[in-house]
Amino acid sequence: MIGAMLSEAWHAMSANRMRTFLTMLGMMIGVAAVIMMLAIGRGAQYVVDQSIASMGSNLFIILSGTATSGGLRLGMGAVPTLKGTDAEAIAELPSIANVAPAVPGTAQLVYGSNNWSTSVFGTTPSFLDVRDWHVASGYAFTDSDVRAATRVVLLGQTVAHNLFGAESPLGKTIRIRQSPFIVTGVLAMKGQSLDGRDQDDTAVIPVTTAQRKLFGSQFPGTVRFIMAQATSAAAMPSAEKEMTQLLRQRHHLPDRAENDFDIRNLTALANAAAQTTRVMSLMLGAIASVSLLVGGIGIMNIMLVSVTERTREIGIRVAIGARERDILLQFLLEAIIISLIGCLVGVFSGVGAAVLVNWIEDTAVVITMSSVILAFAVAASVGIFFGFYPANKAARLKPIDALRYQ
Amino acid sequence: MAHDAIIRITHVDKQYETEAGPVPVLRDITLAIQPGEFVAIMGPSGSGKSTFMNILGCLDLPTRGTYVLDGSDVSTLNPDQLAHLRNKTIGFVFQGYNLLPRATLADNISLPLIYAGIARPERAQRALELLEKVGLGGYGNSMPNQISGGQQQRVAIARALINRPRLILADEPTGNLDSKTSREIMKLFAALNHEEGITIVLVTHEQDIATFAARLVRFVDGRVTHDGAVEKRFMEEATT
Repeated sequence: MIGAMLSEAWHAMSANRMRTFLTMLGMMIGVAAVIMMLAIGRGAQYVVDQSIASMGSNLFIILSGTATSGGLRLGMGAVPTLKGTDAEAIAELPSIANVAPAVPGTAQLVYGSNNWSTSVFGTTPSFLDVRDWHVASGYAFTDSDVRAATRVVLLGQTVAHNLFGAESPLGKTIRIRQSPFIVTGVLAMKGQSLDGRDQDDTAVIPVTTAQRKLFGSQFPGTVRFIMAQATSAAAMPSAEKEMTQLLRQRHHLPDRAENDFDIRNLTALANAAAQTTRVMSLMLGAIASVSLLVGGIGIMNIMLVSVTERTREIGIRVAIGARERDILLQFLLEAIIISLIGCLVGVFSGVGAAVLVNWIEDTAVVITMSSVILAFAVAASVGIFFGFYPANKAARLKPIDALRYQ
Repeated sequence: MAHDAIIRITHVDKQYETEAGPVPVLRDITLAIQPGEFVAIMGPSGSGKSTFMNILGCLDLPTRGTYVLDGSDVSTLNPDQLAHLRNKTIGFVFQGYNLLPRATLADNISLPLIYAGIARPERAQRALELLEKVGLGGYGNSMPNQISGGQQQRVAIARALINRPRLILADEPTGNLDSKTSREIMKLFAALNHEEGITIVLVTHEQDIATFAARLVRFVDGRVTHDGAVEKRFMEEATT
C-alpha cells in the first residue's frame, strides 16, 4: 500500500519537475541557511571559549591600589602595596586553589647572534596552574628556584622560535639584560588572548630573580599584581570577600580607609563576552529559521495548487474506493518527500558551504552533529506541518463536486 | 423475492440547497433492481438521472427515504464503509472515461486494487487479464492519450470490473463515442450481464443504446414516469 503510494507520489512529482524542484529549493535554502548560521554562531562561541580557557578559569587579578601622598591621590597601582608574602597568605585561604604573584617587565633577550625584545614575567611555578598552561618540553622551574632566586627561564613559543629557530633551546644559556639565564623549558602554544595579544611572546622567570636581579625596585619584596584562582565558580564571591578581609588586615587598614588594592574578577568579563556570542548565535539561528518557514509556506502553496489541479483525479479515486485517509496520505506523502529531499540536499550544501568557508577564509565555522540534526528535524516537521493542510483539504473534497470539476 | 433485491430505493427525495431555497431534484422515487438485471435509465437533461446515479453509487446521500444496497442501509454506513462499497461492490463507468492521464493503462486498471490492499504482483496479473478480456491485450504499458476513445472506455470498464463487483453503474458510457464504437461497448456490457450475471444500471440519451438493456426506467422532473421491459423489436435490431 505504502509502496504503491510512494510510486504514485513520485510520478506526480516527476510530472511537474520544475515546480517540484523549485519547491525543494525553498526548503533546501532554508536548511542550508540554518546550518550555516548555527555553524557561524558556534564558531564565534568556540573562539571566545578558547580565549577564556587560555586565560585560566575562575580567575581574580589583585592590583596594587591607590595611595594618598600629601593630599595627592595617586593613580591605581602607583604605589606597590602588594608583597610576595601577601600572595603566600592568600594561598592559604580555603576558597583559593592557586595563587601566583607577578613582576612583569620588558627586556632584551640575546642568544648568539639573535636577539628579541619581549615581556619577562617574574612569578612562581603555580602561575602555570593558574593560567592552565603546560610545559611543552623541558621542565618548569621549582619553588626552590624561587627561594634561591636562580637564573632560570621558561620561554614562550614565539620567543623560542625567534631566538633559537629550529635549534632546541633546552639547557642553553641566554642573556637577559646582560645576565645569563639557563633555559629549563619551553611553554606550550597558547595563542591569542581575548584582546588579541600573542600570549606566546613571553619569558617566565622566578619572581625573586625578577625582583632582585633583573628589574629591581625601590620597594623590595613588592609585586605588581597577584593572580588568584578560586576553587570553583561558585566559590568566587566568598573568595573575593576573604581576600579583601585578609589584605585589609595584612595592610593594617583602619575601618574607614579605602582599600589600597583592587580585586578584579576576570571570569565575569569573559562570561559577558561568551553571553554576547551566545545571543548572537541565537539571533543568527532565528533569522535563518525565517527562511525555513518561507520554504514551508512554499510547500503548502504548491500542494494547494496541486490539489486544485488534481480535483478530478481525487474524485475518480474516491469513486473507485479510496478512503479519506488514502487521499490524505497520498498528498501528505508528496509533501513529506519534497521536504525530506529538500532537507537532505540542504544539509549537504550547508555543511559543504561551511567547510568551504573554513577552507577559504580560515575562520572558525563549527558544524556540530546536533545542529545538523536540529535543522533537519525542524525542516522536516515544517514540511509535514505545511503539507497537512492541503492534504486534508483534498481528503475532504466531496466526491460529486470533485468528479464534476473540469 | 423482495429481500433479494441488490438495489432497493424507498421514497427517496433529493434536494439541493441553493441561495434561492431548496431545489427538489428527485421526488419520491421507489425502485427495486434485482441481481442480474440490465436497466437503462433515460430522461431529458435535468430530470435527475445523474443525481440518481450518484446516490446509487454512494457518492451522494438522499435527503429523505432509504437506499438499501446489497442488504445494507447506506444511511447507516460511515465514510470508510461507503468507500469499501464503492471499491468492492460497485464498478463505475463514466461518460468521460476518467482515466488518470499520467498512469499506464495497466496502472489505471489496477488502481482500485491499491485501495483494496492487494499486493503489486497480483495487481499486475489481474490488470493484464482484464486488458485481455476487454480486447486490449498487449496495451498494458500504453498511456491513455495514445489510444482511441472507445479503447479508453474499454480500459475504464476493465477498471470497473477489476474487483469483481456485483453492480456496474454506467453514466452515459457511449456519450462521447460514435455509433459503431458505441455498439461495441454496449455488446461488452451485454456480455458481462449475460455471461457473468453482473447487474448493470446505465444512463443514456439514445434510444438504441437503451435497447441493449432488458428494463427501461424513464425520469421526468425527478419522478419515474415509466418502468417496464424494453420492447423486443429494438432488442433484435440491436443485437444483429
